Amino acid sequence: MSSVVPALGQIAVLVAALVLAVPFLGRYLAHVYTSPRHLAVERASYRALRLDPNADQHWKAYALSVLGFSLVGILGLYAFGRLQDLLPLSLGFAGLPADGAWNTAVSFVTNTNWQWYSGEAATGHLFQMSGLTVQNFVSAGVGMAVAAALARGLARNLRDGRVGNFWADLVRTVVRVLLPIALVAAVVLVLLGVVQNLLEPQTVHTLTGGTQDITGGPVASQEAIKELGTNGGGFYNANSAHPFENPTPFTNIFEIFLLLLLPFAMAWAFGLIVGDRRQGGAVLAVMALLLGVSIALLTWAEMAGPGTAPGLAGGAMEGKEVRFGTAGSALFGAATTGTSTGAVNAMHDSFTAPGGGVAMFNMMLGEVAPGGVGSGLYGMLMLAVVTVFLAGLMVGRTPEYLGKKIGQREIVLVALYVLTTPLLVLAGIAVAITASQGLVGLQESGPHGLSEALYAVTSASNNNGSAFGGLTSGTPFWNTLLGLCMLLGRFVPIVLVLALAGRFSAQRRLPPGAGTLPTHRPLFVALLSGVALVVVGLTYVPVLVLGPIVESLS
Amino acid sequence: MNVDLMGALPGAFRKLDPRELLATPVMLVVEIGAAATTVMAVLDPSTMAVGVAIWLWLTVLFGNLAESVAEGRGKAQAASLRALQQETTARRLPRGGAESDGGYDVVSSTSLRVGDVVLVEAGERIPGDGDVIEGVASVDESAVTGESAPVIRESGGDRSAVTGGTVVLSDRIVVRITSDPGQSFVDRMIALVEGSERQRTPNEIALNVLLGSLTAIFVVVVVSLYFVADYSDAHQPVVVLTALLVCLIPTTIGALLSAIGIAGMDRLVRRNVLAMSGRAVEAAGDVDVLLLDKTGTITYGNRQASALLPLDGVTDAELAEAALLSSLADETPEGRSIVTLVGGFETGAERLPQPPEAVLVQFSATTRMSGIDLPGREIRKGAASAVTAWVGGSNAQLDALVEQVSSTGGTPLVVAEKQRLLGVIHLKDVVKEGMRERFDEMRAMGIRTVMITGDNAVTARAIAEEAGVDDFLAEATPEDKLALIRKEQEGGRMVAMCGDGTNDAPALAQADVGVAMNTGTTAAKEAGNMVDLDSDPTKLIEVVEIGKQLLITRGALTTFSVANDVAKYFAILPAMFVVAFPQLDVLNVMRLSSPESAILSAVVFNALVIVALIPLSLRGVRYTPSSAADLLRRNLLIYGVGGLIAPFVGIKLLDLVISLIPGV
Repeated sequence: MSSVVPALGQIAVLVAALVLAVPFLGRYLAHVYTSPRHLAVERASYRALRLDPNADQHWKAYALSVLGFSLVGILGLYAFGRLQDLLPLSLGFAGLPADGAWNTAVSFVTNTNWQWYSGEAATGHLFQMSGLTVQNFVSAGVGMAVAAALARGLARNLRDGRVGNFWADLVRTVVRVLLPIALVAAVVLVLLGVVQNLLEPQTVHTLTGGTQDITGGPVASQEAIKELGTNGGGFYNANSAHPFENPTPFTNIFEIFLLLLLPFAMAWAFGLIVGDRRQGGAVLAVMALLLGVSIALLTWAEMAGPGTAPGLAGGAMEGKEVRFGTAGSALFGAATTGTSTGAVNAMHDSFTAPGGGVAMFNMMLGEVAPGGVGSGLYGMLMLAVVTVFLAGLMVGRTPEYLGKKIGQREIVLVALYVLTTPLLVLAGIAVAITASQGLVGLQESGPHGLSEALYAVTSASNNNGSAFGGLTSGTPFWNTLLGLCMLLGRFVPIVLVLALAGRFSAQRRLPPGAGTLPTHRPLFVALLSGVALVVVGLTYVPVLVLGPIVESLS
Repeated sequence: MNVDLMGALPGAFRKLDPRELLATPVMLVVEIGAAATTVMAVLDPSTMAVGVAIWLWLTVLFGNLAESVAEGRGKAQAASLRALQQETTARRLPRGGAESDGGYDVVSSTSLRVGDVVLVEAGERIPGDGDVIEGVASVDESAVTGESAPVIRESGGDRSAVTGGTVVLSDRIVVRITSDPGQSFVDRMIALVEGSERQRTPNEIALNVLLGSLTAIFVVVVVSLYFVADYSDAHQPVVVLTALLVCLIPTTIGALLSAIGIAGMDRLVRRNVLAMSGRAVEAAGDVDVLLLDKTGTITYGNRQASALLPLDGVTDAELAEAALLSSLADETPEGRSIVTLVGGFETGAERLPQPPEAVLVQFSATTRMSGIDLPGREIRKGAASAVTAWVGGSNAQLDALVEQVSSTGGTPLVVAEKQRLLGVIHLKDVVKEGMRERFDEMRAMGIRTVMITGDNAVTARAIAEEAGVDDFLAEATPEDKLALIRKEQEGGRMVAMCGDGTNDAPALAQADVGVAMNTGTTAAKEAGNMVDLDSDPTKLIEVVEIGKQLLITRGALTTFSVANDVAKYFAILPAMFVVAFPQLDVLNVMRLSSPESAILSAVVFNALVIVALIPLSLRGVRYTPSSAADLLRRNLLIYGVGGLIAPFVGIKLLDLVISLIPGV
């Protein structure tokens, strides 16, 4: 198969780029979250907002800051969406309906970027730039701040539940990390052919004699942070399949690189923050292992797609862009569902059944391999705590992770964390396929219809935001249901993570000994991967059996 | 295995009361499932529904059985202890009054209170726990310790504590009572071995939380599956969904969890160690630093003469004779070992001189010498400084010999006759056999051993090296011990120690695991969180191992339980949906004969695996001291990988049998 060589080639390029960039960026991130110094621009913003960036916040204060900040974000974005027709650069679009504005506000504040609307047919430039793109930056910042707080909690010794300062973490993430990288990335994207303008839609005459409105806009700037911050909300409805967002195989691989960059770098930074690089390496290895397996499976499923037409086309080409091919689409699909990005460069609805199943399973793992920016790291660390608890008992000691004992209170928090997302997904799917308003949204019936609904609630609850397609989700029922999934799926875990960070920070950090379970060895990497698959993955097996698995076997 | 299954059955049935199961959410869910399937089986009888209902009840029963069996093992012991509690009469002396006043009143032992003073004579039962404040007696403590040889109890010192219910064999003692009725040592022992006072330990609670949340997740899975199945036109009856739920929730560990805890305490009791709380047993598994007294733990306790080192101009025979004569008055083990050693020499002493021609000079703390005065001869042996002072000066060769002996961990005894230095006896502290291997094991487990001794640093270092301990604390006072424990704890390490004296009490209380010797004082026993009835300081090592074994058993069975789920999915899911979606038959990798048989086989396997693992939960997972990484690899292989594979085999075998039942 001639297509195997480019498939492997682009993976090799991607891996090489990540291997070069991740340790470097990880070191920088560790510095950002531990440095006592503030930049001038940061100091100015703290003064303007009357914040004390040096206050070491208790986890409760930290959590309240996160929730307060996000609530303001949701309210602001809701109002912005409702009133967009009164504002400039609206391109004449009306204000969003109430349920739609709620869904979109929650979606972008939770770093999910589920889009019930078509960007080019519902939102003006100002809303996209000043509403959505701003949230693309700060919602990513919130995730990274929470992860930094957890790492700090683990690194600290008897600090009374204090985990750092949310405002400093947020501002630094945006100012020192996201803005500079996004700026460079946007320029690169423009150079590679992504559009960037503020023009009115241009009307062109088509070959068939009709007319078509071509909408340009500030695409490259939104595209850069969309991938970098694992947001995924496209400027256009077609998202990264649209030639203005992702014109060539080169932009494709560059965008994949961008969306994997920070989640992996956060894992590396984690090792440095806790003072043991090997710990970050182990977490990173688990992420890479799980992602690697899903890339391999998804690529295999799409390239070996069953049937006559895929055989002639050299793979399952339905719903894919010819310029990316099956391999480029599968790689993007695995990366966008493995991170909580949710951008798509192909229609996941048209993936082969096993391929769609892999994409769904990636999200079901809880977005940990490598997951969203920040959220991937804290999700994986929560699973690491579960693993340490199970495995730690097997070495005959009260389990501890990085010198912090996992006692009753810690395990309560972790247990609730592990419970939250499956509860949302499974309750969500039960409601969606039982209520008549849910069923009308499904394009297909039978197992594929189940997959469409399952994909939607899974994507929302895990804050991924990618859509399977096929589902008509812009109805009050779906907007409300998925909005709730996104909101609870983001902030319940965050509060639990911060509570755990507080517990860890208050604990004494015990020195490691020969009797402590080593958490940096290959055995632990394998075990943590196993726990992710068995403890989290098994939860979804029954419903997967009735959706993608039945479909794959027919 | 002397597991009394029949005897435990009534208890197992009593525990079917749902209120008993509130503490274990996993088993409560199983019982609710059993009740639900019973109702369904009555409303709509079928072989499978009846089968599932019966086996779900059996699942709950098997879990209860494990707990009953574990509790039953302590019952026999409790019965023999109860015999000690029979009411006796006591002769109570007036408070503050001395025995010599002659007056006492006869009262019931149950009316004695803390601070009462009683008189006990030979043949009488001691009416309550207390300290001997006057006299010395031999006491039969076999009912408590199982040791038939009588022990000496005397006022003052570290052997003053007596236990209520034990019998005075000789002499008479005056005892001050230290516990009120119902709170005596034996009362606490009974409560402990019966498990009636069992409070769940922190780690057990944490594990229960995790198991509870896994159960909650699977409840959500199964409830949502009901709706998803309906959507898929593959309606599932309640019986089948309940069967799936029970197979998925971690019933194996849920059923055996409390039995593991009770059995862990029981293993300690069998080694004659009483833990005052389960928390202490768990803490033992976490110990990082072990403080061990040199004497009696690392060495045999008695120093023994190993060599005679004469000065120039003194023959071996001369020194040997002097050493022998000077030791005649010395009844200490050291003195006797000198006699034994010298027995190999030609001493020239035809006949051992006896009083009155000989005057024996006893060792005293002030002279620090012992010896003998014969007509015309004065022989002394003792500490170098004391003997050289007696002689009126030392010499360079003697100093060198003394230094040489000290530096190898020995104790030098200088022998002199009438102002003339003869030589040095090398007293050696003999390290118990096998200690070095033990300490190597400890090191592999990540536990640091510290030897505590009153010896000077030079001697201590030599013995520490010989025994292979990691560190030592020389010339240790009780305050030093306490300070060392505090220092280790501040570094986040858990410390275990044992002790018997009243001056050990603060350190015993400070240590995370403090094992008091039963021969010790009441203060020491109160301060520690364990009591070793055999008074064997080496036991500390076993206590640590039992603590680790307890945690390992929990972890191993949890892993096994969770790993089992994979096979159960392969058994049940195809069975549930193969009618609606025939293509799912390829997932029936075990080729189970029919959907009904598959579901029933999984449920039966789930129940039988509990019974199969009861012996393991009572005995504990095999534990060999090794590093955490090795332990993890081994247990993961057996219980993780084994847990993945075992149910595939078990369910297949059960299916072969069950498929023979008509209607399945």
